[in-house]
Amino acid sequence: MANGEPSTATGYLYYPGCSLKGTGIAYEESLLTLFRLLELPVTELTDWNCCGATTYMSSDERDAQLLAARNLSLARQAGGADVLAPCNACYLTLRKCVDFCKKYKSVADDVHSYLEDAHLPTLQDVAIRHPLEVLYTDVGVERLRAGVVRKWPGGPVACYYGCQAVRPYTEVDRESNPMRMDEILNAVGVPTVPYALKTKCCGASHTGTIRDVGVRLSYILLREAARQQAKAVAVICPLCQFNLDLYQAEMRRSDPSLPELPIIYLTQILGWALGGDPKDLGVQRCVSGANTVRQWFTSEKGAPVHV
Amino acid sequence: MSESNGSVRIGVYVCHCGFNIASVIDVEAAARSALALPGVVVAREYKYMCSEPGQTLIEQDIREHKLNRIVVAACSPLLHEETFRGAAERAGINRFYVQMVNVREHGAWVHEDREAATIKAIDLIRAAVHRVRFHKSLTPKRVPINPQVMVVGAGIAGIHAAITIANSGKKVFLVEREPTIGGNMARYDKTFPTLDCAACILTPKMNAVRSHPNITLWTYSEVAEVEGYVGNYKVKVRRKPRYIKEDLCVGCLHCVDACVFKDPKFPDTFNMGMDKRKPIYLPFAQATPKVVVIDPEACIQLKTGKCKQACAAACERGGVSFDMTETIEEIEVGSIIVATGFQPFDAAKAPEYGYGIYPNVYTSMEIERLVNASGPTGGEVVMRDGTRPKSIGVIYCVGSRDERHNRWCSRVCCMTALKLSHLLKEHTQAEIYNFYIDMRAAGKGYEEFYQRILNERVHFIRGKVAEVCDWALDKSEEGKLVMRVEDTLTGFVRRVPVDMVVLAVGLEPRSDAQEVRRIMNMSCSTEGFFLEKHPKLAPAPTYTDGVFIAGCCQGPKDIPDTVMQAGYAAAEAMALADIGHFEIEPNTAEVIAEDCSGCKSCVGLCPYHAITFNEVKHKAEINPVLCKGCGVCVSSCPSGSIRQDLFEDEEIYGEIEGLLATLPAAPQPVATA
Repeated sequence: MANGEPSTATGYLYYPGCSLKGTGIAYEESLLTLFRLLELPVTELTDWNCCGATTYMSSDERDAQLLAARNLSLARQAGGADVLAPCNACYLTLRKCVDFCKKYKSVADDVHSYLEDAHLPTLQDVAIRHPLEVLYTDVGVERLRAGVVRKWPGGPVACYYGCQAVRPYTEVDRESNPMRMDEILNAVGVPTVPYALKTKCCGASHTGTIRDVGVRLSYILLREAARQQAKAVAVICPLCQFNLDLYQAEMRRSDPSLPELPIIYLTQILGWALGGDPKDLGVQRCVSGANTVRQWFTSEKGAPVHV
Repeated sequence: MSESNGSVRIGVYVCHCGFNIASVIDVEAAARSALALPGVVVAREYKYMCSEPGQTLIEQDIREHKLNRIVVAACSPLLHEETFRGAAERAGINRFYVQMVNVREHGAWVHEDREAATIKAIDLIRAAVHRVRFHKSLTPKRVPINPQVMVVGAGIAGIHAAITIANSGKKVFLVEREPTIGGNMARYDKTFPTLDCAACILTPKMNAVRSHPNITLWTYSEVAEVEGYVGNYKVKVRRKPRYIKEDLCVGCLHCVDACVFKDPKFPDTFNMGMDKRKPIYLPFAQATPKVVVIDPEACIQLKTGKCKQACAAACERGGVSFDMTETIEEIEVGSIIVATGFQPFDAAKAPEYGYGIYPNVYTSMEIERLVNASGPTGGEVVMRDGTRPKSIGVIYCVGSRDERHNRWCSRVCCMTALKLSHLLKEHTQAEIYNFYIDMRAAGKGYEEFYQRILNERVHFIRGKVAEVCDWALDKSEEGKLVMRVEDTLTGFVRRVPVDMVVLAVGLEPRSDAQEVRRIMNMSCSTEGFFLEKHPKLAPAPTYTDGVFIAGCCQGPKDIPDTVMQAGYAAAEAMALADIGHFEIEPNTAEVIAEDCSGCKSCVGLCPYHAITFNEVKHKAEINPVLCKGCGVCVSSCPSGSIRQDLFEDEEIYGEIEGLLATLPAAPQPVATA
């Protein structure tokens, strides 16, 4: 199925990747809740494996491509519906594999001979979709606006897209100053701030390897969000969420003036605005600004709004 | 056909074209093989057939050997068919007894295999020999040329073309879409490389247009329809209502003062929206004609009908007229010069540079107005936030030479950016940083101008700016616009904090260029600029006879080049008008009336609308002036009642027979050479 076309006939094949079953469980909870509210059928891909991202890709590109290819081949076997890859790293790695196979015959031949050995179908027309792009293109801003039942009680939000969502091979948004998340949040009544660093690196896995470098990059993002008067940061990637949320306490030890900023998934905000139960959205899992988050998401004072 | 017997005497000439043809095709073998063909009396090869001695060779042979058909195997007939037809005519035979064989573009230039290319050339020559025997003596048709010219667009190109033609004594209709003439040049402050003021050199020409007895100026008007053909165009011009009687307005501006809007409230498009104007306004001080105009989108009377019409009351001459409607003028002209200009690249399409996001990011076009004494700030360089810049970054190639936007070099932006650097330095004494990819200063005095600016304590950093943002890494960057760039000369990434950013935007075709192209029946090149007939030797004519192009609508260029092309287009139009007639290649189709069954199947097929149906005679009729000789009607006519000179059935079948005929000597030409 071509990218960008609605695929409601078969729904979406959900590829969680490692994060959404672990540190990013709140992303999975909120995503599935939101898609249920929007009546978009989602089926988890059976027997999926690691997408091949970052560490794999940098140490053994071929193995990484084969890992990605196996997932895509399974998706084809499962009926070929659009693959929903919520983690930016999974999304990019899977798309990169398709892109390389299209552009370089040697990669395609290698991948296909491997799939043949594993008795798996070759890659053909597998569309890989990110939830932001599905929400913007398939669902549409107007439908989201029309579905709002709760008024946002929090302050303005900085939309942080992460470094991978708008890289080459992707179709989430334009590469400079992406605005789709801003547009969606504005439509459901959440104000957003101008945020020049919305696609800059959060430190990614550096926080675990070269901690000083990684945490500093995350700190720069939060410092600027605070300077722009944001009261929270909205994210669409589990690793971004992890870095920005869990290292805040450490940042505040060197800069006590850094305010506590809740790091919330786009799907959590939307799920809540459209009437989802906060518990089903995993909002209790936020660490930084946990009290604020609890207040926002449990306060029914704003709800319901008349649209 | 009487000449298909022994009376046909053919000469075949194979050109080496230096090494162009001879290096791939065995020209000797080709000429030798022709000698064996029926009717061929002489066959020769020569280094340059098109040269004087080459032509003389043909002329001598025609006289000595009583030749009456000529085949020249050389380049494309587009280049030299006229040359050889001329030689034939000088030697006393009809010019249409010549047939060319293109063994260069269709042979030597596209093949590497010498043997195969030679066989192909021999086949093509044989086809031409079989064809040319059927050629008839023909006379070219002539159409008269109306000496009047229409010029579309009154920027510097249109103005210069109109004045040039008018000075030669011919009538010109100058049609301009905006309420005033002057185009983009009227917005510029100074011009590179001499730094003379644009208005000082442009306004005398604008005045000349206004007062010239041979120029009819229609501003606020657009070409709605063009019909006809070279020398005989019928044009409909749509004159938009300006709600001011042009003949009564003297430009006193009492109406503007009296307007119920006490303060200007609407974006001033002449000043790139950086200033405000009233619904009734004069575009700028030197606007020509000096006639105000009412913006129907802003005027209360025109929008709601409920205004006290203070402007009308203030006009002593009764010049304001709210019930004015659009009118159509119909004119007849012999040729058309299209000079519709360019539009600047929309900087918002490159969001990484922050245009439309950060108020202190400007386009070069806006800076032209900002440094101009008649601009929105009276020439004071004050930014949108009210402060004066102490540091300014200028980004080159914005939208140009960029795969994501326009691939071409816009040619003028380097010089424009250098000029603006100079002017901004002069106005503000700010630190100025130029971020360029390659400095392109090709033009008379341009490199010298660049050297001059280099010595004006202006910084130059070679690198494509990655982004402009307001995120501060440290205190020194607080409140600034930070430009991130890889300095490719030193090899590291710089962050340059500045107060103001200037984007040297490129030039692109106007958004409605396709519509103009359709009206004028022209072509566009891939990037959307109007296509010239030949990129080097005919850069103002188009493939439509009598339609010429000048200025930036043909491609980005500076003012001197624009003026030169406009003068050239004018000269072409004047040449047409002076010669008074236009010769048409006699390759047009004609209906044999007695055979036409009146089925009309040809009428809808003609791509040039040259066929009409005569309902009285019940026959199809072809206008030979509109016919381009494409042959669609000839091949489609069910009763075979349409014939075409130079493409008669016997000529085409002769050619096919020749091509397919195999002669004993033909298969192994190289082996025998």
